[in-house]
Amino acid sequence: MKVHTYERAFLWLGALTLVACMAALVYGSLGLGLHLPTRGGEIDPQQVGATPPFDAPGVRQTGPNRYEVVVVGRIWSFAPAAIEIPAGADIEFTMTTPDVIHGFHIEGTRVNLMLIPGQITRARYRFERPGEYAILCHEYCGVGHHTMNAKVVVK
Amino acid sequence: MKATPTVLDPSGFELPAADRRWLRWTIYIGYVALTAGIFHGLAQALSYANIDILKFFPGLKGYYQGLTAHGVANALVFTFAFSNGFLPLMTARALSRPLVGWLTAAVFVVLLAGNLLVIYAVVTNQASVLYTSYAPLQAHWTYYLGLVLVVVSTWLALANMLVVYRGWRRANPGARVPLLAYISVVSYVMWFLASLPIATSFLGFLLPWSLGLMEKVDPLLTRTLFWFTGHAIVYAWLLPAYVSWYALVPRQAGGRLISDSYTRIVFILFLLLSIPTGFHHQYTDPGIPEAIKAVHAVLTFGVFFPSLATAFSVVAALEIGGRSRGGRGLLGWVTKLPWGDPSLAAQMLAMLTFVLGGVSGLINASFTMNQVIHNTTWVPGHFHLTVGSAVTLTHMGVAFWLVPYLTGRGLWSRGQALTSAWVYTIGVLIFARGMIAAGLEGMPRRTFRVAMTYSNPAWDFGGMLTGIGGTLMFFGIAQFFIVIAMTALSGPRGAHPRDVPVSETLTAPAATGWERHLDRIGLWVAVTIALCVIAYGPFLAMYLPARLVSPGFRLF
Repeated sequence: MKVHTYERAFLWLGALTLVACMAALVYGSLGLGLHLPTRGGEIDPQQVGATPPFDAPGVRQTGPNRYEVVVVGRIWSFAPAAIEIPAGADIEFTMTTPDVIHGFHIEGTRVNLMLIPGQITRARYRFERPGEYAILCHEYCGVGHHTMNAKVVVK
Repeated sequence: MKATPTVLDPSGFELPAADRRWLRWTIYIGYVALTAGIFHGLAQALSYANIDILKFFPGLKGYYQGLTAHGVANALVFTFAFSNGFLPLMTARALSRPLVGWLTAAVFVVLLAGNLLVIYAVVTNQASVLYTSYAPLQAHWTYYLGLVLVVVSTWLALANMLVVYRGWRRANPGARVPLLAYISVVSYVMWFLASLPIATSFLGFLLPWSLGLMEKVDPLLTRTLFWFTGHAIVYAWLLPAYVSWYALVPRQAGGRLISDSYTRIVFILFLLLSIPTGFHHQYTDPGIPEAIKAVHAVLTFGVFFPSLATAFSVVAALEIGGRSRGGRGLLGWVTKLPWGDPSLAAQMLAMLTFVLGGVSGLINASFTMNQVIHNTTWVPGHFHLTVGSAVTLTHMGVAFWLVPYLTGRGLWSRGQALTSAWVYTIGVLIFARGMIAAGLEGMPRRTFRVAMTYSNPAWDFGGMLTGIGGTLMFFGIAQFFIVIAMTALSGPRGAHPRDVPVSETLTAPAATGWERHLDRIGLWVAVTIALCVIAYGPFLAMYLPARLVSPGFRLF
């Protein structure tokens, strides 16, 4: 099979660009420690309200400058509706839903996650700048979807 | 160099009248679905611009009912109705053999029946679950059964193509398969394999659950099965457009396709790599190991490669056309292309917008970077530059010769056809620019902005562009529908193309050597299945059995 010189050059250039992009992703993940959610445990969605830690959603300190934030997303609100945490602290989110699939996006950050019935979603993040951040449900979850929001207050 | 045809019989081919009628009605379902779907498309675009027109939609019970209709009609029905008509026709033409009459009719009947069931469920507001059908939102059983029938219609179309294909193989032992037939068959074989997970999800879980035969379902498993099919589905929409770009567009531009083997390799790569990439739609999901997501990220980058190869090949074919028409210099050939031909112009515009679609898609695939844009309006911004432009504009362009070919009537108005493609293109570029800009500011997709209980002024500019672009898209498609309807009803009789515009290739298929193995579709199917086992096997082995934990919710 004959491949034209220009074509060969074009394909090599394209392939090398793809490899360079992938190298950047490997660096971001392994070098900078940016991660996607992974397996975080399972739960019976109909027992969320009776299963710790989801029986008491909120913020609790787990160590020096470390906090766990427990969130339950349900139609059509998040509990807690306002998450207050200090700037610069290591935050560990532990979340689930008792009903349908919801989204959990803290605007302006890479905390962008799905809540899926039966699964526990976990993520880590550190808010460097004080301020108010909106949390939006960004997965359709029924007629009230566009009213489902909360906020993070970083002090 | 001697040019070689990509079809068995370059002199022409007479499509039987019965085939002609069923194929015509099959693709008409698609054009009607496209046009029905854009009304709510307009409402959505205007909602992002903070303008509410839903009150002018009598009978509509809510935004998400309309959004479901838009997704199902435009992404599923329009695309597959077109492919169900187009790909069997291409196979029959390339091999110069008639289709199986009852199968051609069955495709239409099953597709129509599926549509009627889905329309019933959606119109009565019993299925406002959006086209992704994520459990545990539960639709009426007619919705799931209707969508299953839409998929079954694609299987019947493939069966029809395979009967023709096998018949030809038996009659021509040892001969190379004509290129147009080969790429058409590979396209729908890929889709058949890709459709099996969603068929499993719908028939094994969602349909019995909606009928009350099963109390609970597994939301993560059904979602995973959806995306097991759901990335390949976008290639199932795209590949028929590629069939036109590779095998028909060069002829329309006065050029030639540069390489036979190269084209086959591109389609084999799509067959191999379209399916084992679905977890890149689930990067932000819990319950799936990060390492498996990383494997899918690499494979998704892999499937970008055949599209890069397509970019070169298709543009090279156009350049040959432009230069043979007197084009000179580095870019002078571009202006010499027949831009006045609405069929070719629409498809060249499709290619231009697809460059942006491809690049934005690579960003979606980029692992942790996906967290910046996941489920924001960036994502529909992206896919309106792929299925909403490359595919839609190509289907429009093809319609401008296909409807005349199938009806025996000439195109009703060349000027209006041309205008519809340009208006749609300008519209989709403005629209996608707005969606992408607002998405980067976090504007959520699939959300009724007009009624939001929160707001962000950073979304205003992007939202406004979305509204303006979406309005232009609406008028582009409306005009397209008028052109097609008028062509079918009162186009000038006899002023139609007598044959499919099939291109020649510069280099012929090799009669000996390794390239003959490219024609062994069964072999490549086996490799595809092996890749799917590698990509999905570890997750399924670790995860199964299904967690049947969620009862149905009807929140609409």
